[in-house]
Amino acid sequence: MKLKQVEGLLGTLQQFSNPKAESTFGDISGKVVADFGCGCGTLGIASALLGAEHVISIDIDSQALEIASENAADLELDIDFICCDIKNLGWRGQLVNTVVMNPPFGTRKKGSDMGFLTIALKVASEAVYSLHKTTTRDHVKRTALRDCNAKSAEVLCELKFDVPQLYKFHKKKEVDIAVDLWRFVP
Amino acid sequence: MRLLTHNMLSCNIKGVSNGFPLRLEAEKWVEKEVELNADFLRGIFPKIEWKALAGAARALGYNELPDEADASMLDADDFLRRFHHALLELHVEEGALVCPETGRRFPINKGIPNMLLHEDEV
Repeated sequence: MKLKQVEGLLGTLQQFSNPKAESTFGDISGKVVADFGCGCGTLGIASALLGAEHVISIDIDSQALEIASENAADLELDIDFICCDIKNLGWRGQLVNTVVMNPPFGTRKKGSDMGFLTIALKVASEAVYSLHKTTTRDHVKRTALRDCNAKSAEVLCELKFDVPQLYKFHKKKEVDIAVDLWRFVP
Repeated sequence: MRLLTHNMLSCNIKGVSNGFPLRLEAEKWVEKEVELNADFLRGIFPKIEWKALAGAARALGYNELPDEADASMLDADDFLRRFHHALLELHVEEGALVCPETGRRFPINKGIPNMLLHEDEV
């Protein structure tokens, strides 16, 4: 595993571990959970550790999936990975109970995270957990409730992400972003 | 890739209307035991496309599933065990998923199906 990927993985794990999803809402244990845009697999892995019955982790990047697959294997977890563009997902039925995701924030491709949210709310039968920049809070709420007909949209907590310089397009060595953890009911 | 995931996937090429189920061609698969959760199985049964599950299981040489199933069978431990085994304990490592309408192959390598579309398929 490259050092940058390790840092990214640990950073996300420390700052966003999702015990609330299980302890408060019971959305993970014994459920079918999908991780949209899984990257190195953190959220899907956390869900498996919290007792999800079946986890499907999806990303467009096959190299990220190889790393995610190794991470899951290291922890002896059975997670299904799919290499796919979320926009073109051919998914039958309402077999997924909960979607968890840390979508791209839309700094390069505007609105990327909202695209993810729209699809997540179609796919999940019970709950969607998602992260979006705090600066977009009102927009996220409106989109979820008005455009996607979500039954509810609640900010569970506000987090601060230390994003290290992970990608070539990152100009600074490190940056702090205020991020909301949302729970939506489709 | 478990057969539960296979039961959810359909061909995602633009214009395809009969993209489910994807035909499973398996070259390598493994069995991994995992604890049976009867509540989970009973809950998910109504959402499962049974013929697709039975067909995929047969492609892996597991012929113990009946051709048809109804909810009353969930009372029998034996049926639950077979359902559980097919759904969650068979993992396809190498092979392909084939679209029934176009014949397009989506390869499976190291257990990961590649469903990325070409530009002209979107």
